Parts: sequence; structure tokens; C-alpha cells
Amino acid sequence: MDFLQTVKIALRALRTNKMRSFLTMLGIIIGIAAVIAMMAVGSGASYVISQQIASIGSNIILVLPGSTTSGGLRSGSGGSQTLTSDDVKAIMAECPSVDLAAPTVRSSALVVFGNLNWSTVLMGTTPEMFEIREWAISSGRSINQQDVDGAAKVCLLGQTVAENLFGSSDPVGKMVRIKKVPFTVIGLLERKGQSPQGQDQDDAVFVPLRTAQRNLIRSPFPNSVGALMVKGKSEALLAKAEEEVNSLLKQRHRITGSKEADFSTRNLSEILAVAEQSAKAMSLLLGAVASISLLVGGIGIMNIMLVSVTERTREIGIRMAIGAKKNDILLQFMTEAVLLTMLGGIIGIALGAGGATVVSRMLSWPTLISFQSIAIAFVFSAVVGIFFGFYPAKKAAGLNPIDALRYE
Amino acid sequence: MAPVISLADIRRVFTMGDQQFEALKGISFAVAAGEFVAIMGASGSGKSTCMNILGCLDIPTSGRYHLDGLDVGGMGTDQLAEVRNKKLGFVFQGFNLLARTPAIENVELPLVYAGIAARERRTMAQRALEQVGLAGKEYNHPSQLSGGQQQRVAIARALVNNPAVILADEPTGNLDSSTSEEIMGLFTALNRQGITIIMVTHERDVAEYAARQITFRDGRIISDAQTKHVGQQG
Repeated sequence: MDFLQTVKIALRALRTNKMRSFLTMLGIIIGIAAVIAMMAVGSGASYVISQQIASIGSNIILVLPGSTTSGGLRSGSGGSQTLTSDDVKAIMAECPSVDLAAPTVRSSALVVFGNLNWSTVLMGTTPEMFEIREWAISSGRSINQQDVDGAAKVCLLGQTVAENLFGSSDPVGKMVRIKKVPFTVIGLLERKGQSPQGQDQDDAVFVPLRTAQRNLIRSPFPNSVGALMVKGKSEALLAKAEEEVNSLLKQRHRITGSKEADFSTRNLSEILAVAEQSAKAMSLLLGAVASISLLVGGIGIMNIMLVSVTERTREIGIRMAIGAKKNDILLQFMTEAVLLTMLGGIIGIALGAGGATVVSRMLSWPTLISFQSIAIAFVFSAVVGIFFGFYPAKKAAGLNPIDALRYE
Repeated sequence: MAPVISLADIRRVFTMGDQQFEALKGISFAVAAGEFVAIMGASGSGKSTCMNILGCLDIPTSGRYHLDGLDVGGMGTDQLAEVRNKKLGFVFQGFNLLARTPAIENVELPLVYAGIAARERRTMAQRALEQVGLAGKEYNHPSQLSGGQQQRVAIARALVNNPAVILADEPTGNLDSSTSEEIMGLFTALNRQGITIIMVTHERDVAEYAARQITFRDGRIISDAQTKHVGQQG
């Protein structure tokens, strides 16, 4: 018996009991829709996190100075001035797994333009930092090495600062005053968005490192820097780079044995990778919960197919008497079950995708419906049909034609 | 001429729990091509069991059954299904048509399982429906047809695969007397075209249409009589 004919017969049987077919399908529809929607929400979450990873830049290690103890008070991480520009040079020169390293000094500053002012984060750094963070210039130029060497009074503005001081006009070439010192704006950075911690990364102004050290911060240790940013040669080499930086700095700072290090390293992408993993686990969990409803739907299919086999015992008898083999009957009922679940699957996919879109519109939460999840849902619905359709179909195929024909 | 059907010492024992019941106690007869045989007997005489064995729906406990040259005895269920499909046509008391299925698709059903292509199926089914006088009713559903018409559809379904034998189980049991005559007339006409028919009935006047009557009682044949010559007018 050809397959097309089998499908035709199955469709006719489903049409005969439209309401029943629909209600049976409903279990699968809800199950698949839930799976699709949950996966969409879940992968939306991992998408947000991976966006954030991209916004910090990949393969980054943060080196923070350690704490100081003065008069019995420990200042906490970052409180001391143990890292220097020479450390940066040494890292660049001696760590083979390190691609780039950049020092930063950080302070807060009032930036004034005309009669407008804006209080923001001041960062002194070197050109490498923008490369490490993969942060491009949207207009003007970036800070270059001459600016750093010559302690030039130039600055780069983040988008938020520019908007607050210049509105929509181009700030490049204008003069602003940072901590009352006049600076020329040489460039505007591209929008970077929120950091994983929820800070606005565009609310910052950047000046050459030496300018910040000499003119703006005036630390008692003129060569010291705040945090270092280190970029590994590749993601695979990141852990090795971290190790190299650690041992080099220990050596340079003469830390041996059990002495506490006066700096600490943090691997940012690692932290985010963990966050991404937990988001993935979450979406898997949601999917698992949703697939329980799919299981319930499948049991509904089995139930109805069993009823259908009993109801159509006589039809099965006729078909057998006329020459249907066991497999023909088996296939017919399996086809019916699989058609039921696949139709339910298609409707469920549409419904789940629609639901996910509504959720993302209403809660402004990004949802991602991958082709993969649709394919999985579709295959899964077919598998549910095969799995739960098999027993009833087997029962139908195992009927004795004489008894089946006599069945009232 | 080699017989289409030959039964040799067929026994059928039913086991229910530890009770055994012998429904057929050694049946032997042969049917030649072109015969019209009526199997008679009261209920419980074994005629239905015999019919099930003839129809390859049941397997005898012992004995040999040859159908159109095939030894049916040692066959498995799928092989038997194929024999039913190719060699036999069934007409039942209750018509046994598929509901909500047009007449022509009911007639096509054996051809579907025989794996014949759709276009050819349609032509063959059409021809069979014309043969039983139902041209023009192809797309009526069973519920739109009278009992006699439904039985004609069933006969067309039995005819469509050119079987060696048509087996009719109380074909007039659900019909009134004038429709019964009509159907028996059709059987007689088909028999005259050379089709072998074996019919089970308990009604004597229906059995009269057949040329040969075999009577069962208590699992044995008690009479096997030629009532008319083959091809003789009824």
C-alpha cells in the first residue's frame, strides 16, 4: 500500500472526528508552544549576556592593585598604588600569551562646556585600551602614543557625556574644561551600552594616561596606575596569559611563598561565560518543564488512539479480510497518530513563536527563536506521535480478523 | 479439471480454558471452478468455522487445504492476507462497507492493498460497479445507498480483484425478500459468467439458487448434493 494512500486514509479518519482530533492535538499544541516560547526566552537571555561579553571586549583580564594597610585599616582591593606603568611594559614584553596591555587611572571629574556641565568618570589610559575593549571612534580620532608621551590636553568623549554637553552637534574640535583644565575634544567614541554590572559605559571621558597623572589626579605616586587591562592572544590562551601575568607580577613585586599578593587578576569573560552557562541551563530547565506538558499531550494521544482502535475494530476487520497485512494496519494508525502530533506541532510552533514575540514586545525582553529549536520541536512532536501511537497501532494490527469482523 | 478448492480431513478444535470443543470433525470436499455451492446448516453446525477456514481467516487444527493450487496450511498471517487479497472475495451479511467512504473507494480497497496504481484502480472499480449495476452511484456514501445497493457495492468489492472464489456469508441475511431475490439473481448471473461462488446460508429458498448444497451438522457434512447441473437455469 502506498504512503500517499495511507496519509489520505489517516486524514479522513481525523476529519471524521474534528472536535476530538482538535482536543487531542491541543495537548501537543500547548506542549510545543510552551517549549518554543521558553527556549526563545531562554536563548534571548543568553543573547543579552553574549552581547555584554562583546561589549567589554573578548579575552580580557583585569589586574587590580591589592589593598593597603595604613594604621591598621585595610583599604580593600584597589586601594593601593602597587601597579605601575613599568608593570604594563613588562607584561607586554615578557608574557608570550599576552597580546596587549593597557594601564588605566580613574577618577571622577566635572566636565564643563560653555554654560553646561556634567559630572562623569575620568579615565586616563593609553591607545591600547581602545583596542583591547574593541571600542571604535565614531568621529574624530583616538588618543595616540604622542598624546600620551607629550601629556597632551586632549580628550575623547563617551556618547552620554557628548549628549549632555553638546546635544546632537559634533563635539570634535571643541574645548571643554575638565577639573578646570582646558582640553580639546579630539574624538567621540561609539556607543557601548550597559556593562554587565549595569553601568553606563558611555558616561565617561578619556584622556591620555600621563595627562591624567600629571594634571588631573596628582597622586603622591606619579608613576602608579589603577587597574590594568590585559588582552590574551586568543580565548584558548587566556588562562595561560593570566598565569603568566600573575607570576611575572609576583616576581616584579617580590612576592614569594605565602606572602599575600599586592594585586589580583580577574578574568572577565570567564565570569560572563559562567553567567551565560547559567542562562543556558535556565532555558534548558524551562524547556524540560515545558516538555512535561508534551508528555501529558502524548498520553492524551495514546488514549484517544486506543479509543479509536476500539471504535474502528470492525473497519480493521474489513481491511484485514480484504487483504491488509499487519504492517498496513500498524502503519495506518501510526500515520494517524503522527499526523495528529505533527499538525499539533506546527500549530504549536506558530503559537509559541507568536507568544514569544508578544512577550518580547510587552516586556522588552529579547527573544530568539532559532531554526534549531523549531526543527527540534517539529521532530519531537513526530517522535511523540510515533512513541505514543505505537502501542494502540500495535493493538490494532494484532486483532484477529474474525473477532474484529464480528465486533459490534 | 483441477478443483479450485480442496479440503482434506479438516479439523478445527477450539480450546477454552481446559475445555476443548471440536467444531469441525474431519471435513473433506472439493469445489471445481465455476461451481455455485451453498453451505447449509443450523447455527453451531460448523458451517461458519468452515467458512472462516475457506476464507483464510482461520487456520485448521489439522488437515490440508488447497486453494487455487496453493497449500494454504502452512502459511503465516501476512501470507494469508495476501491470499485473501488475491484469491478471495468476501461478501458479508452486514455488508461491511467503510462508512463515510464513497462506493468507488470501497470497491478500490482490495486493489489498494494489492498495490495497484490509483488510475488503474479507478478503472477496475468502475468496471466492477457497472458489473453489479451500480453505474452512476460511484460517489455515493454507504449511508446514501439502500441495503441492496450496499450489498451490490460489497459484491463489486469482492469481484474487483478477479478472485478465484467469492465467499458469501449469509449475503441476504439483512435484506428483505424482494431485495434478496435481486441479490441472488446477481450471484446467479455472475456464476453464469464463470465465477466460482461459495455461499453460507441457513435459508432453504436462498440455498435453492445454488447448484450444489452441502449440509453441515455437528461439525460433519451430512449431505452433499448436486441440485442442478452447472449452468442450468434456476
